[in-house]
Amino acid sequence: MIYQATDVVNFAQGEMAMFSTYLAWSMLNAGLPYWVAFFATLAVAFVGGLLLERVVIRPVESAPVLAIVIVCIGLLVILNSVAGFLYSYIQKPFPSPFPEKPIRVGNIYFGAHDLGAIAVTLVVLVLLYLFFRYTTLGLAMRAAAQNPASSRLVGIRVGWMLALGWGLAAMVGAVAGMMIAPVVFLDPNMMAGILIYAFASATLGGFTSPGGAVLGGFLVGVTENLVGTYVKFIGTELKLTVALAMILIVLLVKPSGLFGRAIVHRV
Amino acid sequence: MPLLEAVRLEAQYGWTKVLHGLDFTVDEGGITTILGANGAGKTTTLRAVCGMLRTGGEILFDGRRIDGKATEAIVRLGIAHAPEGRGTFVGLTVEENLRLGAYGRRDRSGVARDFERVYQLFPVLAQRRRQAAGTLSGGEQQMLAVARALMLRPRLLLLDEPSLGLAPLVVREIFRAVRTINREERVSVLLVEQNASIALSLADHAYLIETGRVVMSGRADELRENEAIRRSYLGY
Repeated sequence: MIYQATDVVNFAQGEMAMFSTYLAWSMLNAGLPYWVAFFATLAVAFVGGLLLERVVIRPVESAPVLAIVIVCIGLLVILNSVAGFLYSYIQKPFPSPFPEKPIRVGNIYFGAHDLGAIAVTLVVLVLLYLFFRYTTLGLAMRAAAQNPASSRLVGIRVGWMLALGWGLAAMVGAVAGMMIAPVVFLDPNMMAGILIYAFASATLGGFTSPGGAVLGGFLVGVTENLVGTYVKFIGTELKLTVALAMILIVLLVKPSGLFGRAIVHRV
Repeated sequence: MPLLEAVRLEAQYGWTKVLHGLDFTVDEGGITTILGANGAGKTTTLRAVCGMLRTGGEILFDGRRIDGKATEAIVRLGIAHAPEGRGTFVGLTVEENLRLGAYGRRDRSGVARDFERVYQLFPVLAQRRRQAAGTLSGGEQQMLAVARALMLRPRLLLLDEPSLGLAPLVVREIFRAVRTINREERVSVLLVEQNASIALSLADHAYLIETGRVVMSGRADELRENEAIRRSYLGY
């Protein structure tokens, strides 16, 4: 989704999310109610993402993709270290807004937090979809990513659209971070594993297809657990390797993913 | 007073100078064409007007300097550009392309009326409104480019070789639409063309440029009668 709006695969996405989650943690520690901290974090994340784009990405905007990717990786390392410096590398518990009692559906018990997190994620996805599909601003953002020159010719401020894209990305990342933190605990490296899963999902489903990425996520999860359970020597220790191997295989066999379109630029 | 006026317009790509002090005007409500062979600087001229590259000299729109302004600011003054290669948003639908054309306009009812208007001018676009623009034929994409430019409700329309690579029948349809808009809505047009005969039949004023300089200019009907033009550009 965010890739659609910015046309750059942002490797720092996970660290931005981690950093936002720490902010939320600070606010909660200061005694703010959960949902106040939640929305305040979203606002700060949005502004932060916007500023990062303006300050860090802007100067390399017209540089080759590789340069942008390197800058993103640099950003990843910096955010990671700064978070470690400010908050230390010791894991911290992060509260869930949902009750602790499991919810029973038929004979199956679900963790309330898992269900809540899924619900929140779905709401965010639907909102994003509606935003990109039906609002003029969303349309302009997609246009700016696809064809900057033509976008300027219809009066779109392309630079601002990219900045907005980063703001949105940071905001969505913050939601993800706050939903994941109660499960994996809060620490500067908490997004590393998750980011690999996210890239595996997106690669498998196709970077150009948000729906494909969601389905790719299911496929990665199912495959990984099946392989982990039934192939003895992999077990739980090498589960993450399965996801990495899937990225590699997809890139080798079908780089555009299962549902993505190959992007062909006419010369 | 001319709507658009270029005074000693210069432009370059890197170290290569492409325009060497071009003077031309487009009258309010008029159609001006710039003719020239490949590489004469026609496309560059339009790009220069839109602020898509660094220029020297002056460009005045409605009496005010616009050179040095950002493209999106120039566009908002009412200059619509249907660029070379059509500049379609191939991944978006026809309707979304047209909505983008009206980006920056706030008069919803006027935009709705203009949708009807361009669908009336190019009925095929109405049939294809939900289709991705990349799936359209070349002619349909050119119509979309013109239609998208019109959605801006421009005072000045810049057209970059709308006839390029299209069947004569399609070219005629597009030019008929341009003439209609010009007559009924007094949209001024700056048309850049290699196809001199069709351009001269539409325009009321023409310039002939060679390697970034104006070599001849005058009323379109006069240029059509000109011996040299006829031999080199009209081919009879």
